[in-house]
Amino acid sequence: MARSVTPRRKLLNTTIAWAIGLLIFFPILWTILTSFKSEAQAIASPPIFLGFDWTLENYRVVMERSDYARFLWNSIIIAGLSTVLGCIIAIPAAWSMAFVPSRRTKDILLWMLSTKMLPAVGVLYPIYLIFIELGLLDSRAGLVVVLMLINLPIIVWMLYTYFKEIPGEILEAARMDGATLRQELIYVLTPMAIPGIASTLLLNFILAWNEAFWTLNLTAVNAAPLTAFIASYSSPEGLFFAKLSAASTMAIAPILILGWFSQKQLVRGLTFGAVK
Amino acid sequence: MGQIQLKQVTKSFGDVQVIPPLDLTIQDGEFTVFVGPSGCGKSTLLRLIAGLEDITTGHIEIDGTDATDLVPAKRGLAMVFQSYALYPHMSVRKNIAFPLRMAKMDQAQIDKRVDAAAAVLNLADYIDRKPGQLSGGQRQRVAIGRAIVREPSAFLFDEPLSNLDAALRVGMRMEISELHKKLDTTMIYVTHDQVEAMTMADKIVVLQAGVIEQVGSPLELYRTPRNTFVAGFIGSPKMNLISGEEAAKHDAATIGVRPEHIDVVESGGTWTGTVGVAEHLGSDTFFHIHNTGLAETLTVRAIGDVNLTHGDAIHLNPRMDELHKFDAQGLRIG
Repeated sequence: MARSVTPRRKLLNTTIAWAIGLLIFFPILWTILTSFKSEAQAIASPPIFLGFDWTLENYRVVMERSDYARFLWNSIIIAGLSTVLGCIIAIPAAWSMAFVPSRRTKDILLWMLSTKMLPAVGVLYPIYLIFIELGLLDSRAGLVVVLMLINLPIIVWMLYTYFKEIPGEILEAARMDGATLRQELIYVLTPMAIPGIASTLLLNFILAWNEAFWTLNLTAVNAAPLTAFIASYSSPEGLFFAKLSAASTMAIAPILILGWFSQKQLVRGLTFGAVK
Repeated sequence: MGQIQLKQVTKSFGDVQVIPPLDLTIQDGEFTVFVGPSGCGKSTLLRLIAGLEDITTGHIEIDGTDATDLVPAKRGLAMVFQSYALYPHMSVRKNIAFPLRMAKMDQAQIDKRVDAAAAVLNLADYIDRKPGQLSGGQRQRVAIGRAIVREPSAFLFDEPLSNLDAALRVGMRMEISELHKKLDTTMIYVTHDQVEAMTMADKIVVLQAGVIEQVGSPLELYRTPRNTFVAGFIGSPKMNLISGEEAAKHDAATIGVRPEHIDVVESGGTWTGTVGVAEHLGSDTFFHIHNTGLAETLTVRAIGDVNLTHGDAIHLNPRMDELHKFDAQGLRIG
């Protein structure tokens, strides 16, 4: 029997949903609003919500002071390459775990996930020392590798869940139809898994884009991405809230736009398998 | 050509042997049905023949050549799966053409064969649709179409009709039988439904726990079941298997008599009992009879509409010439 939903109940649900949504979005909204205030208005008490003098001054200063394009470019390279590299490793790994599992597959999956349970700072020293040894400090290549590695368990898990949803009989049918392993992957598995692969790529890209711990600790100038760009405006010696907000807005804008356009894909990806 | 021979084939999953050593020959052009209860190993056996599972020991020969180590594609067999296993992102045309594309056939030839198959299976109107837009019966036909374009030496069917509703199942059963007559190709068909087995097969292989209980034509199995398992499995409603004193009268541990071989008489009769459930089908009436003095409930099939209902007394005469006798091991005597 379908549950009956009264109009009043529906209104209540909608209101609550919107309230929670706004609550979650509020910090981002506040950041964006603050970026258009003067430094004095940014710290005014009580805070001014909308009735302030809108100004683009902060953006002008931020653009003047730092090389936004270089940070942006680093972010794109680091997030992009680590995602691509991750997928190249994760797709075959997830395929083999999903379709030719061994007795240890479940253990391996759990073990991979367990690496995410360690606080990142716990391995900062060893990784830092390795980076010094290999001359990877402040290099994009080094960050690509580290970000790829820290996100790899999540990509493998997501793809594994997707691949598990593909009925094995379809792949067997392809085998009976004369497809080689390569053809099976290209003509049958990949087209069926594209929605899953796409949302995995997207999520991984967002995670890599926003990753701050490693990017702040392992870069200085050359490889610094947008996270470092934001951090450079949070200084203890002055009032820079408005400029910090402007920098933050500029840093999250690309990913926000990307997320907006792909939200359908992303939501499907994150809830996949929950509802069949 | 499509003769398939299994020689001392075994299959184990880990420590569990699901198929003990097994020998079986399927002749070219034969419609063979593997039948048995769930988990009897019939699907596993089919998958071993297909090459989707590796056999543990033994040999599989197809047309006289050893195919034991060949990959599925090289065995020249086509398979129709229970779930149809169509490629959801491809149109009907592309689904049917897929095996030919894999075989690198040229496009003109592919089109010709696909169109021919679509015509045979009444799929021409749906040729550009995706599987998701088709009904169960149509999907099944696409799966069969994908199998026939390859012109395989044998077809393997893994419970192909079990996802269809009853009416459609009868229709498809006939279509597959007709297809077999038309193509004259070896077909191996797995089912747990003994009616499908009886109506379609040239040869039935009855399996239980990975062991072949009996191989024979439908009527051989019906008339001379080799043991009590086959006796109880083949035929609908099930054969009455009676043990104890009544069986001892016939020098057997168990006697079997089919519901249609027991006559309802006015009075006297070998057995007398009361009617439990009476199922009136119009053409036949099935009686389930208690209080006969036997341990077992008897099932009797009477032709036409016999006017007896719950609680009525009934007199029964089994036909002695249709009596099956089994020894203490359940094997047929004489």
